Amino acid sequence: MSSNPASRLHLAVALDGTGWHPASWREQVARPRDLLTAGYWADLVAEAERGLLDFVTLEDGLALQSSRPGEPDGRTDQVRGRLDAVLTASRVAPLTRHIGLVPTVIATHTEPFHVSKAIATLDYVSTGRAGLRVQVSPRPHEAAHFGRRTFPPLGPAELRTPAGQERLADLFDEAADHVEVVRRLWDSWEDDAEIRDVATGRFVDRDKLHHIDFEGRYFSVKGPSITPRPPQGQPPVTALAHRTVPYRLVARQADVGYVTPHDAGQARAIVAEIRAEQEAAGRAGEPLHVFGDLVVLLDDDQAAAEDRRGRLDALAGEPYESDARIFAGTPARLADLLQELAEEGLTGFRLRPAVAGHDLPAVTRGLVPELQRRGLFRTAYEAGTLRGLLGLARLAGRYAATA
Amino acid sequence: MTGKPLKQIHLAAHFPGVNNTTVWSDPEAGSHIEFSSFAHFARTAERARFDFLFLAEGLRLREQGGRIYDLDVVGRPDTFTVLAALAAVTEHLGLAGTINSTFNEPYEVARQFASLDHLSGGRSAWNVVTSWDAFTGENFRRGGFLPQEERYSRAKEFLATANELFDSWHGDEIVADRATGVFLRDAKAGSFVHQGHHFDIHGQFDVPRSPQGRPVIFQAGDSEEGREFAASSADAVFSRHATLEGGRAFHADVKKRLARYGRRHDQLLILPAATFALADTDAEAEELAGEVRRRQVSGATALRHLEFVWNRDLSSYDPEGPLPDIDPDVGDDHISKGRAQVRMYRDPIATAREWRELAAANNWSIRDLVIHTGNRQNFVGSPETIARTIDEYVQADAADGFILVPHLTPTGLDGFADKVVPLLQERGVFRTEYEGPTLRHHLNLSCPDDRRAAS
Repeated sequence: MSSNPASRLHLAVALDGTGWHPASWREQVARPRDLLTAGYWADLVAEAERGLLDFVTLEDGLALQSSRPGEPDGRTDQVRGRLDAVLTASRVAPLTRHIGLVPTVIATHTEPFHVSKAIATLDYVSTGRAGLRVQVSPRPHEAAHFGRRTFPPLGPAELRTPAGQERLADLFDEAADHVEVVRRLWDSWEDDAEIRDVATGRFVDRDKLHHIDFEGRYFSVKGPSITPRPPQGQPPVTALAHRTVPYRLVARQADVGYVTPHDAGQARAIVAEIRAEQEAAGRAGEPLHVFGDLVVLLDDDQAAAEDRRGRLDALAGEPYESDARIFAGTPARLADLLQELAEEGLTGFRLRPAVAGHDLPAVTRGLVPELQRRGLFRTAYEAGTLRGLLGLARLAGRYAATA
Repeated sequence: MTGKPLKQIHLAAHFPGVNNTTVWSDPEAGSHIEFSSFAHFARTAERARFDFLFLAEGLRLREQGGRIYDLDVVGRPDTFTVLAALAAVTEHLGLAGTINSTFNEPYEVARQFASLDHLSGGRSAWNVVTSWDAFTGENFRRGGFLPQEERYSRAKEFLATANELFDSWHGDEIVADRATGVFLRDAKAGSFVHQGHHFDIHGQFDVPRSPQGRPVIFQAGDSEEGREFAASSADAVFSRHATLEGGRAFHADVKKRLARYGRRHDQLLILPAATFALADTDAEAEELAGEVRRRQVSGATALRHLEFVWNRDLSSYDPEGPLPDIDPDVGDDHISKGRAQVRMYRDPIATAREWRELAAANNWSIRDLVIHTGNRQNFVGSPETIARTIDEYVQADAADGFILVPHLTPTGLDGFADKVVPLLQERGVFRTEYEGPTLRHHLNLSCPDDRRAAS
């Protein structure tokens, strides 16, 4: 078996409430009353770090969680209420040492200036382990929380119309501009801008601070950032994508894209599409990870995992459906599946534990050792930054003079 | 002894900021951006049983004469993010952040403060500030320019709206009963509707009620409107009146406004910012104070500060020479951008005349003048002198405590923590242990719910 780092898989875990299954909070192992405490999140991230995972993502949104994609559902039988993901990541950062921290940010309603300095600060707090998962929100009720724009519904019916497609494209174009501004602001201070030159009394060399002068279709931002260039220079940007328009955002702006193939054939097709978009965006040859997203229920034998899935579905009153493939089985079978999908060009996986308290430890204590045995996963953290773990070089800023 | 009982002093630590108060050129001066500096500063404040740590904010790098101002510390972290991380390395210390009401939206800020309050176990505070300048607005998609008269109206409505969001959850909604499958008692938890001049929003807030209910609210403005805002809506005022007489006048003025809003005298704390020069003896402290002032005001800094008033390029002048005999430019466009203090000079011609006379009478150079007219340290002396003076000021109602602004990062508070705080504790005017978990406990402020119940 190869232990060549290039053939190894990258592994992330997506944290959301008590887990991704809507009935997960009812399991004995779940801690539904702790979801608003720092200790809960610190424990989950510590467990992920124990498994040497590349990073965790933290879900977020600007409204109560809902089982309906475009509107509130009024349900009281699922987890509702949550904490801001960036703040949660930052609260956990000083308690961990190696693992990447990738909170979700909603580009549609936030200020890129605030987001840029928040993630830069997370990078300082974690000494180089910050990332960003960018998401759009077409939801009318979230827009009503801000009152600055009115969004009509954008459901499956609307998406079948040209007008709906145009709105979708607009949302993602706006998100691409948002990320562009966030990235330019990270570069707006050159790495060595702070000089502390006592002789001349200058704290910074202002020739190394740059206005970004971004002017786009949706907004303009002057810069520079108020926060110096973060330790990683450019913290990794990530995004989940299910179709061509968001694939384009991944291809244009991301370091890691999360995709949801349900089999090897779909994985091959999605990877091909993203690579083609990457080339079209002028980024051919640049590192861009494509991770497969999977919901996982892991137990020591197949029947136990399936039983657990059945029990959770019964508690929820309906079978759990997801955009991602739902895997229920043993760590060894999951390792087989990951290997099979990786052969189609996926470079890693973001696993969504169905029950955080059960399936996260099953990943770190079951799947990870299995992958290690196969030479497919690290046996120790090999780098001090998230970029390093992802095999991304630290680059000079775009405004740095090339002497 | 008769008379009123001793007031307990409140103390807070202001992380050294991007003004010339901060002496970055000192060999001991550390990073202003690495988290280790913030952690050291916060741990020192907590070791000394301070009430809270305070962070200022500025959302655009200052410029002067069209170029980024480079003589002071430049650059700082995101307020919320660094406070959330500090919650991990402290247990009791309050975490106060300055957050602008012009370049943000209530829903987002409310969920950030509610999150910070949860993540810190009830230690969050919000210094609500307003901004006015299109200069800073250029960094934001929403712009943010506000006419002067709209600033406080937006700030007040922003805060009122955020309070509606904080209060949209009462604290008993999450049942999480595994047996019955009921997670939330009420499907409408967090519902809100706000229709006002500045904000028209509705929906459901998504962060359940935090330990303090609402963050502690600070107000920092000094104008008539600012004082009214504080009296109506704040828990504490971050004031700049740290002298005995100025402090007493401000304290009396703001406290007497409280009755108008049905509030008691003890429901608003007055906490001026204060600098200090501490040494073993008073004489050594005097010497240190002078030395620090000279470091704070280099020749180059003196010229730039004179430009705040003259509003013209004075770089050709000798800082060790006499003041310019030309008059200030009183045009609308100011040479200095992103700096609130230039607005203090309402009549620059008169200020220039005054300063010329002052300099002539004392035989001061430009640099001498800026050193002497600028902010001298508020408290200068031995530990005994400083402890006594702070106590006297508080007992005389010049303040309810102080927000200390050290000139060194991150060690500028160490000496105060080790030498002055024990003396205040001996005098019986400062806590020796934290008595409760939340910042409201430290400040002896009731929770918003209690206030409602009491009325």
